[in-house]
Amino acid sequence: MSKIITDVVCPFCGTLCDDLEVTVSDDGKKLIDVSNACAIGAMKFLHSQADDRLTKPRMRNEDGSWRDVSYEEAADFSAKMLANSKKPLMYGWSSTNCEAQSVGSTIGELIGAQMDNTATVCHGTTLIAVQDVGVPSCTLGEVKNRADMIIYWGGNPAHAHPRHMSRYSMYPRGFFTAKGHRGRTLVVVDPRDTDSASIADIHLKVEQGRDYELLSALRVAFRGEVLPDVVAGIPKEKIYEVAEKMKKARFGVIFFGMGVTQTLSKNHNIDIAIQVTRDLNEYTKFSIMPMRGHYNVTGSGEVWGWQFGFPFCVDLSRGFARYNPGESSSNDLLVRGEVDSVFVIGSDPGAHFPFGSVKKMNEIPCVCVDPHITPTTVVADLHVPVAFVGVEVGGCAYRMDSVPIETHKVVDAPEGMITDEEFLNMVLERLQKIKGV
Amino acid sequence: MKKVELTIKQQPELYLETENITPDAFAGKSADEIAALNVYEGNVTHKLGDFFSIAGTPGATAADTQIVVNGNLERVKWIGSRMTAGEVVVESSMDMYAGAFMAGGKLLIKGNAGHFTGLGMTGGELRITGNAGNYLGAAYRGDWRGMQGGVLRVNGNAGSDVGSFMRGGEIIIGGDADVHVGTHQEGGKIVVKGNAKSKVGGQMVKGEIIVFGTIDVMMPGFAHRDNVDLEVDGTKATFKRYEGDLGERHPKSKGAVVYGQLYIKQ
Ligand code: SF4
Repeated sequence: MSKIITDVVCPFCGTLCDDLEVTVSDDGKKLIDVSNACAIGAMKFLHSQADDRLTKPRMRNEDGSWRDVSYEEAADFSAKMLANSKKPLMYGWSSTNCEAQSVGSTIGELIGAQMDNTATVCHGTTLIAVQDVGVPSCTLGEVKNRADMIIYWGGNPAHAHPRHMSRYSMYPRGFFTAKGHRGRTLVVVDPRDTDSASIADIHLKVEQGRDYELLSALRVAFRGEVLPDVVAGIPKEKIYEVAEKMKKARFGVIFFGMGVTQTLSKNHNIDIAIQVTRDLNEYTKFSIMPMRGHYNVTGSGEVWGWQFGFPFCVDLSRGFARYNPGESSSNDLLVRGEVDSVFVIGSDPGAHFPFGSVKKMNEIPCVCVDPHITPTTVVADLHVPVAFVGVEVGGCAYRMDSVPIETHKVVDAPEGMITDEEFLNMVLERLQKIKGV
Repeated sequence: MKKVELTIKQQPELYLETENITPDAFAGKSADEIAALNVYEGNVTHKLGDFFSIAGTPGATAADTQIVVNGNLERVKWIGSRMTAGEVVVESSMDMYAGAFMAGGKLLIKGNAGHFTGLGMTGGELRITGNAGNYLGAAYRGDWRGMQGGVLRVNGNAGSDVGSFMRGGEIIIGGDADVHVGTHQEGGKIVVKGNAKSKVGGQMVKGEIIVFGTIDVMMPGFAHRDNVDLEVDGTKATFKRYEGDLGERHPKSKGAVVYGQLYIKQ
């Protein structure tokens, strides 16, 4: 027999859908089916049931092969590595819960680490811009209930956040949006012909790397000033037309993705997009929100925000928190040879970082805490598999609009496996002993 | 002026933070006291004397102290930061934060300077004989005040984000500048003797940018007003004068709107 668990939270993307239904065996040991989730969300749950899943930590032998070790040995190795480092990098944190992030912060502070999360290659530039010019934002609930103009800038939610449009932005019927998508205008700004762009009312095919100019042109248009004939590949008539539509919306929102955060101008793109939003609030109500990727990258920024005052790239080496992306950002630290060990948790930099960084990770001591075998574990000296957060253990996560949502445990982890938080606590205890605190 | 000579005798494994290499920190100290000043490598605190040999004596005040730093300093950060007077000569290329937040005196780097050089400086003279990295004379993260005073001169090229949030002083770049010159600029003057790429003067409120070469792609918010004859850093020429960023807020002075001024040599 089986039972169905409702209102399950999906621990995959920043949309953090909380309406999933999961079928599990009566004894709570097997996960049988997932409904309501998109394909990638469902796969996350089903992956936990893989037959070839690792259940024990493994340590690299001299000849490159692996041997199984206990969690105790794994914690000993990790603590020693961190204690012996002058400048350890503790990276990842986006696919785990806030409880684990919090223990990680305590460790980071104790050893004077560099703390960085996946925002460093994603929405970190957004965080820089928000600090520079502030941000007029809202919750996804407000978008669902009020927004009649939806703009996706530099992102393809149809593939990256598959249920974002149906749950929050384009399709749902809310208090003041009873007509659903028929009452909304969809604008997609993207140089590519994406599936999201194909359903847009207006697709602005901006020239690659010219988002900053196009956003600037919108501000010029709002003020009724004269524009050059073509900006960023878009004729000025079109820019004036879109600017007018934005001003006339009842409630508009700009969702933006890595097409603007990680292309030419980076933080400046977001900085000026925020100013576009601010300008529009002279005429109507407008909001702006980053399409955060990992389900709890936002939470990692929140935890460090309240702990250290900075949401990523936190440098604790001198005993107080410093912050300067460009110096204390993981890839700069790695490529420049600023760090002497790496502890990775809840992320896969081996797959997402440039080759130079991964090569460095291979050269210096590296521990990876991750349920999966990944490109990162390939360069690690120690791989610690753990329980899946949001599947085998609950914990707090923050949605892309900074709303905290408690994830649930739906099934038992394989016997003997521990969680991120438990493993970090084991490492912390050992470090406290080494440091005599 | 009295002179202290430092020579790096051991390279750090990682990078060294040496914000104590300033006339202000050295003034009035004996060689032993200077050797006992802290330098930092990651979470480890070392003594300056562990990495540098020290010769000569400083003056009684910062203004009366010259520091010359010899050897390969490519893994050394923060020399001359927050200095208020005196002179520092770096006989090598160096890493980040040279002269960051400096308020007075002279800092000369005989080589290249890394990113964040002259960050938020408020006064003094900073000269780089080679190239400079990104964020030259810009604001520290989150600050709305970039460079506010003094002169920053680079003989070679500069990276991106020159003078972001700049509010005063002068930056002169002998060569080319990468993207984003004077973003959010609200005062001061930036001169680029070579070419600039794009995103020049975006979100600029006021102040001046003068480009001798070309700009690959102009920002849409700059309007050509007229042509003017100017003498810039010893060169007389005719420049096209633009005003902008027309999409940005602008203050008024005596009833007239004040715009950022962008000059491009004809
Ligand atoms: S949209 Fe994101 S949070 Fe929702 S089910 Fe899909 S992967 Fe999970």
